Amino acid sequence: MAEIVSLADAVARAVHDGDSVAMEGFTHLIPFAAGREVIRQRRRDLTLIRMTPDVIYDQLIGAGCASRLIFSWGGNPGVGSLHRFRDAVEHGWPGPLQLEEHSHAGMANRYVAGASGVPFAILRGYSGTGLEGLPGLDGQPAIRSVTCPFTGERLTAVAALNPDVAVIHAQRADRAGNVQLWGITGVQKEAVLSAQRSIATVEEIVDELRPEPGAIVLPSWVVDYVAAAPGGSHPSYALGYSARDNEYYQAWDAISRDRERFRRWLAEEVYGETGSLAGAGAGEGGCGP
Amino acid sequence: MNATGAQAPATKDPAAFTADEMMTACAARALHDGMTCFVGIGLPSAAANLARATHAPNLVLIYESGTIGAKPGRLPLSIGDGILAETADAVVSVPEIFNYWLQPGRIGVGFLGAAQIDKFGNINTTIVGSGYAEPAVRLPGAGGAPEIAASCREVIVVVRQSRRSFVDRVDFVTSVGFGDGAGARERLGLAGAGPRKVITDLGILEPDPVTCELTMTGLYPGVTVADVRAKTGWELAVSDSLKVLGPPTAAELTALRDLHGRAEEGAAAR
Repeated sequence: MAEIVSLADAVARAVHDGDSVAMEGFTHLIPFAAGREVIRQRRRDLTLIRMTPDVIYDQLIGAGCASRLIFSWGGNPGVGSLHRFRDAVEHGWPGPLQLEEHSHAGMANRYVAGASGVPFAILRGYSGTGLEGLPGLDGQPAIRSVTCPFTGERLTAVAALNPDVAVIHAQRADRAGNVQLWGITGVQKEAVLSAQRSIATVEEIVDELRPEPGAIVLPSWVVDYVAAAPGGSHPSYALGYSARDNEYYQAWDAISRDRERFRRWLAEEVYGETGSLAGAGAGEGGCGP
Repeated sequence: MNATGAQAPATKDPAAFTADEMMTACAARALHDGMTCFVGIGLPSAAANLARATHAPNLVLIYESGTIGAKPGRLPLSIGDGILAETADAVVSVPEIFNYWLQPGRIGVGFLGAAQIDKFGNINTTIVGSGYAEPAVRLPGAGGAPEIAASCREVIVVVRQSRRSFVDRVDFVTSVGFGDGAGARERLGLAGAGPRKVITDLGILEPDPVTCELTMTGLYPGVTVADVRAKTGWELAVSDSLKVLGPPTAAELTALRDLHGRAEEGAAAR
């Protein structure tokens, strides 16, 4: 059964140095508050996993939390580059970042295999691309082929993802720790079910979950920690609770472009915060000074 | 052309238009009513939404966030903009959109952008430079594009043309167009037909029916073949039946500016 704890406790108990951590949320419900808490607790040597390591992982990479990244698209959506990610890849700052790179279809299927308890997934994908020849984090080819035992057809195989920890943000949980999310639900269900441990931050904890069209419910017994984090997906959004803060994404471009400016942002907006959710409220706009 | 560049023209002449507006109108015209279209963000999304707002009201817009049949009244701010989910016929998970909808070849046209594209329509969005491990520029990566390029029944690419973006060979093949030429898609087992049109800010290129090499088939008003060659990193072939394409209509310009205007209002209201 999920324990309802503070965000700081959830991160302290679930996320350890050296872990592989998947924070998912496909442009919607991105667990930004949890990401900042991981930075604040100064986790190191993480293997970060995420289909779209956008601004949330730019912050973690720039803060020196990550040594490795498994991903399929690393940009600032609607704005441009992730400058901390690029600085790590192009110049090894603040430290080298080893990459394992996939397509979205490959990553999604890797989570499905992990959630399903099978060692790999099959898909029609990657054929003829440069991604086919790239090594995984273990130095071995990350994308392989398999022959269908029924038809003899050759298909692409990718290994299951089974992160140590999955972190998601959802709209609601009830007091028993059942977690409900709706709207664009991305790959969060698969991420939680593929992981050894999981954290769900939520907009609110309610007495009873009301049915919502298209909602997913993750039962309490597949989630380890639930933490209330209202506005915890800011600057992304939580359908029904908050709107995307487009200005933050634009402001992030300038903050992240410059190492000194990024360091000031870290000092003032992450390490300097008194409460774990200061500055995380939706609609506040901007990324700070 | 009355004006060039990405910015809105300084003149108040309502018939004046930018190269980007011409490109977006041309890309929209390549989509037909009732088509199913897997849409990338940025230029492709603007064009697909323009088509829906003008000649193709029944165009089915599908975004990789899992929104099927989205009907946004303004340009979405990202592929996961809430307006896509709120207006969609169906919202499915990311594994489902790739496995059930894209992979079996259900979707008519894949609409993609590119950082680099080569003469066989191969797309690079991964790295610029000679080596993957030590890139000169690290680009965002693949996203959904490799499988969109492989599995949609055909592909349209929208990209601004320059010597940097139009190269003889891409530094990295993120998404396959025609590989190393005729027959490559069949050898690789790619189900879709590949790029049908590459629409730039100068004109339209289409694959040669025999060699699959991208060939200039249409120019925008006021653009010359020499202009295009100066911005192409290979010996560009030009079609014998090269056309000059009509400028954006007043209806197209109004609809496109409304879509952009409402996107800005939406962002400013937050």
